Amino acid sequence: MLKLQGIEKRLGGQAVLRGVNLQVGQGERVVVIGRSGCGKSVMLRIIMGLLPPDAGEVVFEGTKLTGLSEEDWNPYRRKIGMLFQGAALFDSLSVFENLAFPLREAGEKNEKVLGEKVAEALKIVSLSGTEQKMPAELSGGMKKRAALARAIIRKPDLMLYDEPTTGLDPIVADSINRLILHLGEILGMASIVVTHDMVSARMVGDRIAYLHEGRIYFEGTPEQVDRCEDRLVRDFVRGHAEGTGVTG
Amino acid sequence: MGRAEYLSGKLGGMVMGSCQTAGGVFLLLGDTFRSMFRYKIRWDQLMEQMYFIGIRSQVVVLTTGAFTGAVFAAQVWFQFKRFGMESAIGPTVSIAMCRELGPVLCCLLLAGRVGAAMAAELSSMKITEQVDALRALGVYPVEYLVVPRFLALVLSAPILTAMALVTGIGCGYFVAVKIFGVDGAYYWDNTVKFTDRKDVLIALIKALIFGVIIATIACHKGMNCPPGTAGVGKTTTEAVVNASITLLVVNFFLTVLLNALLYSN
Repeated sequence: MLKLQGIEKRLGGQAVLRGVNLQVGQGERVVVIGRSGCGKSVMLRIIMGLLPPDAGEVVFEGTKLTGLSEEDWNPYRRKIGMLFQGAALFDSLSVFENLAFPLREAGEKNEKVLGEKVAEALKIVSLSGTEQKMPAELSGGMKKRAALARAIIRKPDLMLYDEPTTGLDPIVADSINRLILHLGEILGMASIVVTHDMVSARMVGDRIAYLHEGRIYFEGTPEQVDRCEDRLVRDFVRGHAEGTGVTG
Repeated sequence: MGRAEYLSGKLGGMVMGSCQTAGGVFLLLGDTFRSMFRYKIRWDQLMEQMYFIGIRSQVVVLTTGAFTGAVFAAQVWFQFKRFGMESAIGPTVSIAMCRELGPVLCCLLLAGRVGAAMAAELSSMKITEQVDALRALGVYPVEYLVVPRFLALVLSAPILTAMALVTGIGCGYFVAVKIFGVDGAYYWDNTVKFTDRKDVLIALIKALIFGVIIATIACHKGMNCPPGTAGVGKTTTEAVVNASITLLVVNFFLTVLLNALLYSN
């Protein structure tokens, strides 16, 4: 479904990605882990066409997306949903208007249909009854769930999650992880989850890829990652700062 | 490195930076015009912006117009009285309001009020990933965010300027005739006689062009805000300062150009 080939990206004169190769199959959930600042979010932005790569290709459903103009990207963006790290709800619009936005953009004008679809999406993320609230009135976890509902309302083929559990308490984080699993099951969509939360990675990932120094350093199932003897992977998975050059 | 080299390096950097910004502003302007024709106009967004820019700016613009006309009439009266030229106060106030004071002051206020609001709103959207979210939902940000703001300001600026002219000239009349005792019939007759419709046209053309300048600079700053909350403050300040300075510089060239074009024979 999605193939990244030799993706390279420099930001502010620094090489962030140095040849990322990654494949995601139909309905597969791939978790990308790695230390802060290693380029995980940059990779998601390149997949979504929000940043152009310096080299390499993004191939989605057999179509090469790299090199397309901003406007030519748009039809593909409608097949890919993205949950941003900060939720990125439009703060001047109510929850209802936020969720109805992608549908209106797709040409849906019938208010009854919009109401039904928004209610259905909010029910999936357990936020029924919050239609008239403004984003500022929601907690962090509720914002993420509302943003998730907006991202899935057009039933995308691929969903990108940028740090979905960062900044949330363990209970809310667990509910988001369950939601990611649930959405994959009911909508059958593939997902790429970027995180450095190993609990989340083990729970939602069919496959885990460790991004290190701009490349996919290790790839495997959660069990293979846990059994991996490589020091870099082991230290990250167990959260050991020793030997990584980080001191407290 | 010598002091001269350091200074020339700094100067070169500033010139390069200014050229890049100017290039970015012109590219955005071109993209805005292209988006206007390529996409449907979002009337709901346009009306919302017209309300914010046009209706909500009325008090500040009318107050400025009124007191500018009043104070200018008073100053002219103090000077003209010495030469017995009180009957020339009307046209002097009227022509000054139309050609310079009305459009320049009205649009400087719009740069402060509306330009700052546009830059701050777009910057906040940029740093909270809302602009990226728009793109992720398949919406072109220039079409959705810039075009309605641009159109609303370009349409509102001449209307607001016309209102400022009316209140300025009206208040000038009030001050000269009702307070300083200038003959009302002479005042009004001379005002109408010496104020050409070209003077009003100059005011409206200037306001339209100033609207383009304010909207483009404010939107460009907002859409290119650096990350962080400090970036929002910096962007907002720069938007107002750059728009105001550009407006004043362009005003000089417009004055020369419009006089050459409209009063050549």
